[in-house]
Amino acid sequence: MIIDRRKFLKILGVSAFIGIGGWSTFEVIGRGQIEAFAEKYRKVPEALQAKRWAMVIDLKKLDEKIMNECIKVCHKLHNVPDIPNPKEEIKWIWIDDFEHSFPGFEHEYMSHEIKEKPVLVLCNHCDNPACVRVCPTKATFKRKDGIVMMDMHRCIGCRFCMAACPFGARSFNWKDPRQYIKEENKEFPTRMKGVVEKCTFCYERIDRGLPPACVEVSQGAIIFGDLADPNSEVRKVLSENFSIRRKPALGTEPSVYYLL
Amino acid sequence: MYDGWKIILGLLVFVAFVTLPFTLSTGKEYVKADPKIDTPEIQKLPESERKCVESKEFMRKEHMKMLIDWRDTVVREGKTLYVNTEGKSFNMSLQNTCMQCHSNKSKFCDECHNYLAVKPYCWDCHIEPKEDKKEAGL
Amino acid sequence: MLELALKGKPRYWLWLIFLGVLITTGFISYLYQLKIGLGITGMSRDVSWGLYIGQFTFLVGVAASAVTVVLPYYLHNYKKYGRIAVIGEFLAIPSVLMCMLFIFVDLGQPMRVLNVLLHPTPNSVMFYDMIVLSGYLILNLLCGWVILMAERKAAPPPKWIKPFIYIAICWAPSIHIVTAFLYQGLPGREYWITAIMAAKFLSSAFASGPALLVVLCLIVRKFTNFDPGKEAIQTLAKTATYFLLVTIAFYGFEVFTAFYSSIPGHMAPIKYLFAGLEGHTKLVPVMSICVFLAAIGVIILVTPPLRKWEVTLAIGAAATFICLWLEKGISLVVGGFIPNPFERVFEYWPTLPETLIALGVWSVGFFVLTILYKIAATVKEKAVFDKYGEKQIKT
Repeated sequence: MIIDRRKFLKILGVSAFIGIGGWSTFEVIGRGQIEAFAEKYRKVPEALQAKRWAMVIDLKKLDEKIMNECIKVCHKLHNVPDIPNPKEEIKWIWIDDFEHSFPGFEHEYMSHEIKEKPVLVLCNHCDNPACVRVCPTKATFKRKDGIVMMDMHRCIGCRFCMAACPFGARSFNWKDPRQYIKEENKEFPTRMKGVVEKCTFCYERIDRGLPPACVEVSQGAIIFGDLADPNSEVRKVLSENFSIRRKPALGTEPSVYYLL
Repeated sequence: MYDGWKIILGLLVFVAFVTLPFTLSTGKEYVKADPKIDTPEIQKLPESERKCVESKEFMRKEHMKMLIDWRDTVVREGKTLYVNTEGKSFNMSLQNTCMQCHSNKSKFCDECHNYLAVKPYCWDCHIEPKEDKKEAGL
Repeated sequence: MLELALKGKPRYWLWLIFLGVLITTGFISYLYQLKIGLGITGMSRDVSWGLYIGQFTFLVGVAASAVTVVLPYYLHNYKKYGRIAVIGEFLAIPSVLMCMLFIFVDLGQPMRVLNVLLHPTPNSVMFYDMIVLSGYLILNLLCGWVILMAERKAAPPPKWIKPFIYIAICWAPSIHIVTAFLYQGLPGREYWITAIMAAKFLSSAFASGPALLVVLCLIVRKFTNFDPGKEAIQTLAKTATYFLLVTIAFYGFEVFTAFYSSIPGHMAPIKYLFAGLEGHTKLVPVMSICVFLAAIGVIILVTPPLRKWEVTLAIGAAATFICLWLEKGISLVVGGFIPNPFERVFEYWPTLPETLIALGVWSVGFFVLTILYKIAATVKEKAVFDKYGEKQIKT
């Protein structure tokens, strides 16, 4: 067939585009499928699985001693630095009083005892997390099992997630944290300066079949389980007791419930 | 030529600058990278079991990409088990798998990295195995 | 055309050297920040954004304000802006550059900044911010340069630049709408969660930008042989006037909503800024100066004889610019974090290294601005205008 130069060049351009585009698409999507098929990477059989991990914290069963144990074991296990200056401090789980943890609930005639009741606070691993919505690199992302994770390798330290979190759950490494770590846990990395960190529901323990560290030392005060499983202990506890969450009106759907 | 002396002077400065790596290394010994795998943990294993996650040739070429794949798979997909080309499984962890055998970072990892002037920032976060400073020659 | 910036009077070089010194101190401070970490700034776990992001927020408005000159001239043929369209675009370039630099110095891991492009995240407003800022910089460089080149050759600009100018006009509001979206979509910050945040950004940008342009045009007229034109400066002043009034009105709307509804979370940040909260009053002097300058700006700019006389005009325009710089550059960002999600107050004030870095970035901006204006003024000095002072004619 006779074809003029213009048409030939058009066909050549479109074919090159389809060829390169198709090859790139294969590289991105197809190769992943083939590699997954090769089953090089697997979960260990004992890893805990869930569709939405959640925590129920029974404030009746918690006292300051147990709460401090929870904080100690978490911060020690994850090499969380102990920074004296409150402006730069890093905390994954900590104690605050009822008045400040649930702002808006308190009133003038509430007893001091209740206002100052200590509450264990941590990242709520929301189902509709604002922090994940705003992260420009997906360094913080929601796993399939509901855990809001941190990828320290990708975080650029823009702190948009810290501005977005309505619960103040995130901390930033303003300096090198290693100078503030007394006892290193050699089985877990530290972080470096310039990245954001927070509680990760002990993903590294869940992936090995263990419950989160704070749950383990809480002597039954913290219940951990799958909200999507109607037979789980968390569902049972929530259906039998009055429970509240922090700032529910904001629509982030926290997964940490409190029994008063 | 116009401004000839400026040009020739500039050329001489350029040549001196560009040949600095050669002039500065005269009289210095040529030290080849010599990573040592005679750690106590490796010596404890019987000869037939002294195998790394993959073969030496594979590791030499690919350990960088493999570690990155491990990192992304563990953190972003929650999968911790790696099945190597021979069917043996390993826990994907720099600190808890690789460094358990290769506990001499300064005589193993650093040998090639220093030779090539590469500074991987893994160690900013991942804890290096403790080495006896005298033995490590630090 | 860059060679036009290489010839200048001693005072030109003195000014550049002065800026160079400030840039160097800023750079050394930044190396210190890279070494120790962002802990050298006054930011904290509770006020996690500070001076850097505040300056970026303010400058994104100044950058977008080039549209106040470009739109009337290219879309509606307002001939009086013919001489200064390029001046407006050449203000946008250093402003966008400063925006990007301020974001860069604020990052905890700046070496990873390309992760934003390597892992595109369409649900993140910051991802779009990076795209629109980069695009705006390229657009303004392209349009400004091509048009000035044409002016130098005393020829009309090439036809293919027109679509880019129209794109730039649409792109300009987008850069600060996207920046406003950074703030107005966050559920936990009650000072920021308002639908008119984007409108406030637009109005304060279109007030502060023209105000700065007025001052810059007066400086250009004083120090070069290029006269931007009396009517052009007056129209810029009128633009600034109306938008200053709109900005103040918008802020008044916010105050009404917060205090008539009496919702504590909405009232608390405003109380902190203007009167202090629980004894913490660090930003009260800043807001008092801001209100005072706004009053001066309004009085001068609204009164026609004061607006016409260029001495008072300069004072009024400078007051407007500084007032809005204080509002957007510090109080907006810091006010959003106070009180924190636990209803406690942790204050913020920039440290010396932080201020030096910010000053360094501003100096980079002014350095680029000086060079670009030198080129533009040199080209325009040689241009010959018709008897109406509008259309350029070939001699």
